[in-house]
Amino acid sequence: MTDISKLKDIASQVRRDIVRQVYYATCGHPGGSLGCTDFLTALYFGIMEHDPAFNMEGKGEDVFFLSNGHISPLFYSVLARAGYFDIKELATFRKLDSRLQGHPATHEGLPGVRVASGSLGQGVSVAIGVALAKKMDGDNKNVFVLTGDGELQEGQIWEALMFAAHHKVDNLIATVDWNGQQIDGATKDVMSLGDLPAKWEAFGWEVLYMNGNDMQEVVDTLKEAKRRCGNGKPIAIMMKTEMGYGVDFMMGSHKWHGVAPNAEQTEVALAQLSETLGDYPYPYEQ
Amino acid sequence: MLENIVSTGKKSTREGFGAGLHVVGQQNPNVVALCADLVGSLKMQAFINEFPDRFYQVGIAEANMMGIAAGLATAGKIPFTGTFANFSTGRVYDQIRQSIAYSHKNVKICASHAGLSLGEDGATHQILEDIGMMKMLPGFTVINPCDYNQTKLATIAIAEHQGPVYLRFGRPGWPIFTPEDYKFEIGKAYQLREGSDVSIFATGHLVWFAVEAAKTLAAEGISCELINIHTIKPLDEEAVLDSVSKTACAVTAEEHQMHGGLGDSIAQLLARKMPTPIEYVAVNDSFGESGTPAELLNKYGLGIANIVSAVKTALERKK
Repeated sequence: MTDISKLKDIASQVRRDIVRQVYYATCGHPGGSLGCTDFLTALYFGIMEHDPAFNMEGKGEDVFFLSNGHISPLFYSVLARAGYFDIKELATFRKLDSRLQGHPATHEGLPGVRVASGSLGQGVSVAIGVALAKKMDGDNKNVFVLTGDGELQEGQIWEALMFAAHHKVDNLIATVDWNGQQIDGATKDVMSLGDLPAKWEAFGWEVLYMNGNDMQEVVDTLKEAKRRCGNGKPIAIMMKTEMGYGVDFMMGSHKWHGVAPNAEQTEVALAQLSETLGDYPYPYEQ
Repeated sequence: MLENIVSTGKKSTREGFGAGLHVVGQQNPNVVALCADLVGSLKMQAFINEFPDRFYQVGIAEANMMGIAAGLATAGKIPFTGTFANFSTGRVYDQIRQSIAYSHKNVKICASHAGLSLGEDGATHQILEDIGMMKMLPGFTVINPCDYNQTKLATIAIAEHQGPVYLRFGRPGWPIFTPEDYKFEIGKAYQLREGSDVSIFATGHLVWFAVEAAKTLAAEGISCELINIHTIKPLDEEAVLDSVSKTACAVTAEEHQMHGGLGDSIAQLLARKMPTPIEYVAVNDSFGESGTPAELLNKYGLGIANIVSAVKTALERKK
């Protein structure tokens, strides 16, 4: 049994880390990061079999790719809290000489990151590559990838979906952060995604749904997705989330997609998120 | 001796790639191949026949192919992607930049039908900007071999090289004049002939034209040093500087735009280290068009006569 209350505690701390990283950097993307916190926390602390000692090739491990790289504050917090690097390093987010670049990169050697992302639409393809290698090597672990919903406007995504179905990449679980928001507004206004689940199904994927801000449902759905692997079809999870989830004034609007809170707003936000594991110190000290 | 550089027959450089790919498939079980619906054009069938489980047909989806290659490399495979040069570079530049170059992935981008010499398909397919695009990417190795033998050897060599590589080759049958079994070294210029009056630095198909031009010039008493720069990046700076310190003038020859190609790399080096008169044989800020390879190379100033005349101009300038 996965301990849901423990996962919720971790998620609360991760949300604090997100708010503080973005505040201290005076920039970054809090909205999508907060919305996907429950998902990524569940994945790293309850679902994936992975080794924080970090090996780039990820042989014998479950592997995760973040395609919507702008939610890097979430990714960094989860990796640090999972033991990939010291939580103190979160204080360097977006600063000169940091391994925590604005968007995730391998270039500075940050453990836990396997490919750069930020320019959207590329992560599903990369995840497919690792999934194919696992099949070739007889490695029965799975590959997870998260994409934004606005990101699905990129054509490469649909090339990747076609490939994964055609080549029966059934060790791949793609999750869509279906928050209905992108930089310029609601996805329905900017570029309608239409019947999203029907599109994935039409492309040959098995589609699951979940409320991405209900920890129990996230854990149950991810377990179900894992159980369905190996049946000849790639798995997609349509994950409804609320942008900014956990901080009341950031919720449900695209306005906090890529804006940092000021000192007063940060105080209000942190008051809504309990410090369960201890905040990382700021400023950074070696 | 110049007279000893002779063509032993004609085959395309893409056939050299296909043969080399088959060899690396046999040598290294980590080598995998991907193709975007151009298996026949890229001559990949021998590899596919022997290693069907290490080949992925991607369909007409080059962006996805580059991403998958990045993933395969992440997991320790050595992916070779195959499609036309245009679709290997410009079409997927951001995918290569982010997922492969910036992410330090060991991907081999193998690109056929580069340059004007693909012929009748016309300018949509005749990419003349790819060397420039690829050499600008930090950490990328860029190789443009000159004939069947060298392309085969280069294909084998890049499998052993750790890091992303752009391997550029072409469509038409072309004279074979390099040995089939010499030690091909990435980044090591290949001197075809020593000379004293002018250095000709050529890459790809135009190396053969440089040989022909040197023969013509020899009859007029002009001694050309002929250097095949198969690896444009990293450039063999020592070979270039050694040669130019002797000849004091240079001609570059390539099937590429003047802007951003081999000539620019050599000019940049010489400007910094050894200012020297240099003449370019390259396409001058223009797209191509339909025609036979010979007609096109002639019309766009990449013929043997163009190299001869560039040499004479360079010699005039050094006086």
